[in-house]
Amino acid sequence: METVCLNKQDNSFTRAVEERSGQVVSRCYQCGNCTAGCPMSFLFDYPVSRIMRLIQAGQKETVLSSKAIWLCAACNTCTQRCPNEIDVSGVMDTCRQMARRENKFGVHAVRAFVNAFIDSVKFNGRSHEVGIMALYMLYTGRFWTDVDLAPKVLPKGKMAILPHRINGRAEVAAIISRYKQGFSDPELVRARLAAAGGQGAGASAGGDKGSRAGHGKEAAS
Amino acid sequence: MSKITLGYFPGCSGLGTSAEYEKSTRAVCRELGIDLREIPDWNCCGSTPAHTVDPVLSSAFSARVFAQGEQVGITDVITPCPSCLSNLRNALRHMDDELFAARVDALTERPLKQEHSIKSVLQVIVEDIGLDSVKARVRKPLTGLKAVAYYGCLMNRPEKVMRFDDPENPVAMDQVLEVLGAEVLPFPLKVDCCGGSMSIPARRSTPHLAGKILDLAGEMGADVVVVACPLCQMNLDLRQGQSRAAGLKYTLPVPYFTQLMAYAFGLSDADTAFKLLAEDIAPAFTCMSRRSDEIKAEEARKAVLAEEKARAAAEKAAKTQAGTETAAEKQPGGKSRANSASAAGGAA
Ligand code: SF4
Ligand code: SF4
Repeated sequence: METVCLNKQDNSFTRAVEERSGQVVSRCYQCGNCTAGCPMSFLFDYPVSRIMRLIQAGQKETVLSSKAIWLCAACNTCTQRCPNEIDVSGVMDTCRQMARRENKFGVHAVRAFVNAFIDSVKFNGRSHEVGIMALYMLYTGRFWTDVDLAPKVLPKGKMAILPHRINGRAEVAAIISRYKQGFSDPELVRARLAAAGGQGAGASAGGDKGSRAGHGKEAAS
Repeated sequence: MSKITLGYFPGCSGLGTSAEYEKSTRAVCRELGIDLREIPDWNCCGSTPAHTVDPVLSSAFSARVFAQGEQVGITDVITPCPSCLSNLRNALRHMDDELFAARVDALTERPLKQEHSIKSVLQVIVEDIGLDSVKARVRKPLTGLKAVAYYGCLMNRPEKVMRFDDPENPVAMDQVLEVLGAEVLPFPLKVDCCGGSMSIPARRSTPHLAGKILDLAGEMGADVVVVACPLCQMNLDLRQGQSRAAGLKYTLPVPYFTQLMAYAFGLSDADTAFKLLAEDIAPAFTCMSRRSDEIKAEEARKAVLAEEKARAAAEKAAKTQAGTETAAEKQPGGKSRANSASAAGGAA
């Protein structure tokens, strides 16, 4: 394993991860439970508990350039087993999102797969397996990905060669393009909420809020 | 039986690689009186890739699904796919936060007006329909089938979000298989991740993780590995050849629990859709019927033994009875007893 120079400590990185993920990373006391159960650890350059420690130590560059954050399968085993109730898997997710934002991709193939998936949803409104594979091969240049599986699925008619397109695909594409244009930026939305709250603090705003509150039925109970 | 009506989100894989799950789920729900109303023009939930990009984007995909349901009065939805379930459930949970919900609305421009719930098909079968109702429908019990149930990593975790069954040792599928008549082996890798979401970009993970699961199931003598997740199924079934190339010694069919339910309910081949599995299930059923014959023969042998035993006991009892009667006859008062015995015989 590589040694990490801890001289350059970026505390704003620690804060940013905590804020974005909503998790108190400083609660991690390095018990190693997360790493012990992590199925992908054998492919990681830094085990997940080490990633947690590196975040505490403000090692932005090392964390965001790591392969581990891209190879994480988001399986939630670490979250389930952390004695300090940290959503470790959520922290990994946050790091991945931050790395993407900074154009750092420790494992190119994973990024290509994610892009292929999202593009497929953008075109069709649904994910289309054959299309995703085609895009993935295009983005990575790995032209023989899983071609050995084709004889098993094609005769069964399981893989639809043509995508199932939904009527609302333009609406789904619009969600993606609004996202890319930054419509969901927290500062922007917060400002708009504040403005709306300021001008319409009357009964209608209150009523609106009442109907909004609690989207999850079970979560409320 | 009372019918229940629920919204239904099939998920994209139901249209392709998990067509057998989709077919058997619909058939089983029909049999159990669950009326499925498919959400009109539903879109992809975004799966793992979307929340890798941003939870707000991922939740926006889910929010459109709920909005489509809301339009036709559907607010209680079920889905067979644990990955969709996890996404849809997380979206609802995140949207309890006002700012988060507003950010999602900024993407969808369709704010949700009602409260929604999302559950798995398995949960509804076990909790709302109940194992007794499942049992009552069994026409062809799976007697003699040795099964392990593999739940995968997402269905019950994290505990606080999924709120169903046990996060480390779930039993819902085990229980269903048991009432179908199968012998369910205690499987230690029930919730170990198979690496499904990484099977394309990180291929090396499949033989390692899925191979381990299949290997242990084979080692334990299972005929089938029963699953509930399309990602797991694809990784364990379709990619089993890749695992075998890397050293896996066994060949194991990997059916969905709904396929076995459809089979045990005596439904048609179109409903069980076993044909669509990559690894043929026929050998498992051959083992099952052989074992079932053995079990039947054993039971018959036991029945004969028990009968003989009973006959011997009856003879012995008759002998001792006769003995006591002759003894009783010698005693005063013995006569009245003999009378009552003959009276009883006369009545019969
Ligand atoms: S969520 Fe990622 S880091 Fe956590 S146990 Fe799973 S693969 Fe490892
Ligand atoms: S399980 Fe939790 S406390 Fe333990 S090392 Fe992992 S993150 Fe830290």
